[in-house]
Amino acid sequence: MKYMLLLYSAENAGPEMGSPEQAAEMQAWFAYTEALVSAGALVAGDPLQGVDTATTVRVRDGETSMTDGPFAETKEMLGGYYLIDVPDLDTALDWAAKVPLAPYGSVEVRPLMELPPR
Amino acid sequence: MSDGGGVIAEVFATEWARVVATVARDFGDLELAEDCAQEAFEAASGRWTTEGVPASPGGWLVTVARRRAIDVLRRDRRFEARLPALSRARERATSATPLVDDRLALLVSCCHPALAPDARVALTLKLVGGLTVAQIAQAFVVTEGAMARRLSRARGKIRRAGIRIQPPDRESLTDRIAVVRTVIYLIFTQGHTATGTAELVRGDLCDEARWLAGLLVELVPDDPENLGLAALIDLTDARRSERVDAAGRLRLLEDQDRSRWDRALIQSGLSLLARAHTHRRLGSFQLRAAVAALHSTAPSLEETDWESIVALYDTMLAEDTDPILVLNRLVARSRLDSAIEALAELEDLAAGGRLEDYPYLHSTRAELLLRSGRPGEALKWFERALELSDNPVEVAHLRHRIAAAGGGSGS
Repeated sequence: MKYMLLLYSAENAGPEMGSPEQAAEMQAWFAYTEALVSAGALVAGDPLQGVDTATTVRVRDGETSMTDGPFAETKEMLGGYYLIDVPDLDTALDWAAKVPLAPYGSVEVRPLMELPPR
Repeated sequence: MSDGGGVIAEVFATEWARVVATVARDFGDLELAEDCAQEAFEAASGRWTTEGVPASPGGWLVTVARRRAIDVLRRDRRFEARLPALSRARERATSATPLVDDRLALLVSCCHPALAPDARVALTLKLVGGLTVAQIAQAFVVTEGAMARRLSRARGKIRRAGIRIQPPDRESLTDRIAVVRTVIYLIFTQGHTATGTAELVRGDLCDEARWLAGLLVELVPDDPENLGLAALIDLTDARRSERVDAAGRLRLLEDQDRSRWDRALIQSGLSLLARAHTHRRLGSFQLRAAVAALHSTAPSLEETDWESIVALYDTMLAEDTDPILVLNRLVARSRLDSAIEALAELEDLAAGGRLEDYPYLHSTRAELLLRSGRPGEALKWFERALELSDNPVEVAHLRHRIAAAGGGSGS
């Protein structure tokens, strides 16, 4: 089954930019992604640019409106994702717990809806 | 036996969970398993009455339920997609080696940490306990429709989120079993102090919890906390008939006739606890059961070993800062020291604010004030407890205490 791991954290929750902790965290991200690849579980995964770059688009009564910023103002923001393919939820939850931001952020695990092949 | 109906009720009690669990594991589909188990029991009620009960009723039911499941899958448009499940089921059905008990897989799946706590309770009672939606709804004081929706949402999550019906791996077994214990204990406490219902104790839920705790001991016998849970339930439930009087009024521990406590349950609880202690791995259920054991074996309230009870709470509090434990410890200590000291400690606890909505905090405060000769203040706290209680038996008890303290609202 495919699962989306949505990675959320508060703006300054992680290690400080340029600190040795941040360098160590970068290594942890590389190692984590590498572990997903070697387990044959990785489909895709990327960090996102900050919410200050977000634009939210809505179409109401045929009118397109755009607002600067994320769709909802929350303390924790979506900062990246992994799309993984694993046998079941327990395996997905194990991977989610190992995401390097899990100790200070949150990982939402969502199964992908499987549509019949077209 | 020729009485098919009586036998079926008996077989239902012992085999329902096994039939659901086996079919769920075979086909990886809870709803299918439940429907087919239901149909198998219906088929049995017809066949067993006319043709007699088969030598292995459980085996008969599993075979019929499996056959139904295969029929349902054959009719399914997406039959081909389900073929792997079918061949896996056939393999398991013909395999000569005994399988790990499927009921453990069913139990941990119903209590999966990814499910909401109330969904875990409902699923466990429905799928493992075989209770009807109406029974579960009644026990938790919600409408049947609301309970049906809760169950269907939970089943939907299991299916769509990919929760697999499988026994936990060794690594997560301890954690997963701990969740199962919490669910079973929640069922028991709901039975023991039935919130929102007219009676204080719902015996059917207590019985169900005791059966589930026994099942857990049978499935995972080497975890002493499972024995601790079963012991705690037995020892607490031994006082069931004495907790309310003939008129349905609450009877406090000091007013209960100890000779009427259920000796057989106390014996069973004590021996479960002794078995747990042979593992030499303490845990909170064993400690709570030990407190219940000291109460059960005390000849009277005054002759209770309060010092040991306080020591047991101290051990619990070293691991867990639950304010309810602090309150229970304080009540035990108030039997040793003066009520005034306990009162000071309670005021500290109340100032923390975490038990603000817990009626027993306020009623305990009132009782301690009464004992200290301050009925006027006691009244105020009994009334606060009354506002927070939603069980009619407890409400009646509090009104009675208010009247005893000299208050007017004894209506």
